[in-house]
Amino acid sequence: MSFPWAEHYAPKHPFMRWMDEKLPLPRLVYNAVGAGYPVPRNLNYFWNFGVLAGAALGIQILTGIILAMHYAANAGVAFDSVEHIMRDVNSGWLLRYAHANGASFFFIVVYLHIFRGLFYGSYKAPREMVWLLGVVIFLLMMATAFMGYVLPWGQMSFWGAQVITGFFSAIPVVGEPIRVWLLGGFAPDNAALNRFFSLHYLLPFVIAAVIVLHIWALHIPGSNNPTGVEVKGPQDTVPFHPYYTAKDGFGLGVFLLCFSLLLFFAPNALGHPDNYIPANPLSTPAHIVPEWYFWPFYAILRAFTVNFLWVPAKLWGVVAMFAAIALLFFLPWIDRSPVRSANYRPMYKWFFWVLVADVILLGFIGKSPAEEPYVRIGQFAAAYYFAHFLIILPIISRIERPLALPNSITESVLHGEAEEAAPLGQQA
Amino acid sequence: MLRFFGPFIAPIVGLGFVLALTVAFFMPREAAQVTAQHEFHREPMELHLASDGPFGRFDRQQLQRGFQVYKEVCSACHSLSLVAFHDLEQIGFTKAEVKAIANQWATEQPSINPDTGEPATRKNLASDKFPSPYANETAARAANNNALPPDLSLITKSREGHAAYVHSLLIGYQDQPAELLKKFPDAKTPPSLHYNPYFANLNIAMPPPLAADGQVTYADGTNATRDQMAQDVAAFLTWTAEPKLENRHRAGIAVVLFLLVTTILAYLAYRNIWADKKH
Ligand code: HEC
Repeated sequence: MSFPWAEHYAPKHPFMRWMDEKLPLPRLVYNAVGAGYPVPRNLNYFWNFGVLAGAALGIQILTGIILAMHYAANAGVAFDSVEHIMRDVNSGWLLRYAHANGASFFFIVVYLHIFRGLFYGSYKAPREMVWLLGVVIFLLMMATAFMGYVLPWGQMSFWGAQVITGFFSAIPVVGEPIRVWLLGGFAPDNAALNRFFSLHYLLPFVIAAVIVLHIWALHIPGSNNPTGVEVKGPQDTVPFHPYYTAKDGFGLGVFLLCFSLLLFFAPNALGHPDNYIPANPLSTPAHIVPEWYFWPFYAILRAFTVNFLWVPAKLWGVVAMFAAIALLFFLPWIDRSPVRSANYRPMYKWFFWVLVADVILLGFIGKSPAEEPYVRIGQFAAAYYFAHFLIILPIISRIERPLALPNSITESVLHGEAEEAAPLGQQA
Repeated sequence: MLRFFGPFIAPIVGLGFVLALTVAFFMPREAAQVTAQHEFHREPMELHLASDGPFGRFDRQQLQRGFQVYKEVCSACHSLSLVAFHDLEQIGFTKAEVKAIANQWATEQPSINPDTGEPATRKNLASDKFPSPYANETAARAANNNALPPDLSLITKSREGHAAYVHSLLIGYQDQPAELLKKFPDAKTPPSLHYNPYFANLNIAMPPPLAADGQVTYADGTNATRDQMAQDVAAFLTWTAEPKLENRHRAGIAVVLFLLVTTILAYLAYRNIWADKKH
């Protein structure tokens, strides 16, 4: 599966040789993220975010397992058990803030990872399966984060759960029974809280398993790169270790620094104050807003305000919100341009940045109350979102004239300079 | 099948969404209602506390004054259910003082009569949480014109504006502006409520708790102006909401310094390893 010039695992120590015969786990690691995996030499910092997403998942699982030792998933005591963690458990405040802000950082790096893929065409053949598995991971992350946000059983937990599960009641006829069945009651209560906790504990391990598939699928064609030109020979690649382990080490340091600044000095900046009020089914908050990473999709949900083609507005909203993510599954077949990197696609590059601005705008609208002018702006931005993926992309992938591609990765790196022939130590 | 997706199916689906949104976009809508809240609600005044900023530490003297305000004023209506008496040791009270405070607290802890099993009360112990001034929510509402005084333990974290909001709210009571009544004649504050421009809907059920300067006599001799009392109790409630703030700041500075050094080393290692490769 790897390139023929990949370095071969050759254990020297007798124990490692023994191990390699019985259980070749070190060999697997060597070939997956060690010297045995050749990677394009020209990856930029945007290629750090995959490893960072893995690190973020690690932080979530580690802090989450310890939090679960102190948390009580019961509507009567859940809120107080979280405060017990914050006040009485040794370093409980650190665990909880790390977990809450860790979720935000997980989404930050995953969003950057996704937009990296969009810009450099990483979703295109031969990497469609990598992309599809990535979208599955994204969906699982959203489900996990949503259920996690319910667990502290604050006002936003409760009303968020009420709104999100309310989506199902938009389905004609069977919607309401499905909603009641999913919740285990007519409104979120103990039954819902318990099953959300159970699933919130389960899904991260499912995510980890899909990440294994994601990396497995990636290693078959190998990593994409900023030129989008496929690897042609050994001069185009470097071994993952030590080259990219070193670069990822530096990236991880920067990531942990940003994470620590938020976690230690503004741990509630991304949260909603209402979630420090215990859940109260009798008192609806003035504005129900989800966590920031759902804002763009929440804006799409709320943009559909009129019944159209005999379909009620609410159903349009729910379908559109799911479609906004589901369309990513079809992206490899919507964008037919053979050129991957936006650097060589003059039209696509432009529209890419418009899309980035549009998604940020949608996020801002999702956070804002459902009043004018926000609703109208949201309707425009949501329409553009669908137009970008479903109308503009198919058109430009036909009419666009791509720029000349470099012949190889090495050529693009060296810009016509001589290959680094001089061995180490003889360089100027 | 997938071959047709890009050129045909996707644009049709896309047009469906775009059309539904275009219709919604052009649908006329009622002009947004301008309400008294929109125009007269005020953001909290700025408030600086010793605990602000990455190096912030609590001013224990101020927290003790704030506790005195809570004890003598707010505790008549508001519970503080997440805080125990012995937590006061963290803000500089001695064990003996805490014991005395618990013992003399106006509201006793609910308990049972050991002989008959009837409901009863007993004196507070240092390990008890602060008792609620009311037996239950119904009693609290009955005593407050059907409004419920919220628990104050987390109040600075559960309101936009945090401590600054509490400070402004406490000294923000005023007569309803004539301008407001002229513009919104229906928005007159009902007799059981009190006008306060810092409160979300402008009319709050809480009567002004800090009515006059000198309402408490501070043990440390500080002049108890209304503003001073409001600041002190806001600082105290910052501590009740985030008692581990100092640990967090201290740990944060150590972690950030450690990561700075490690990240610089990681950067140098990265440059070193790549020194022989153009990329
Ligand atoms: C006479 C009883 C009473 C006293 C004394 C009192 N409060 Fe209140 N307080 C209330 C009531 C009732 C409410 C609920 C107001 C409403 O919902 O309209 C309230 C609400 C509040 C709120 C929440 C406002 C919001 O945004 O919802 C804060 C903060 C507050 N009080 C702080 C204090 C502080 C600090 C003190 C002591 C200095 C104090 N209160 C003394 C009765 C009281």
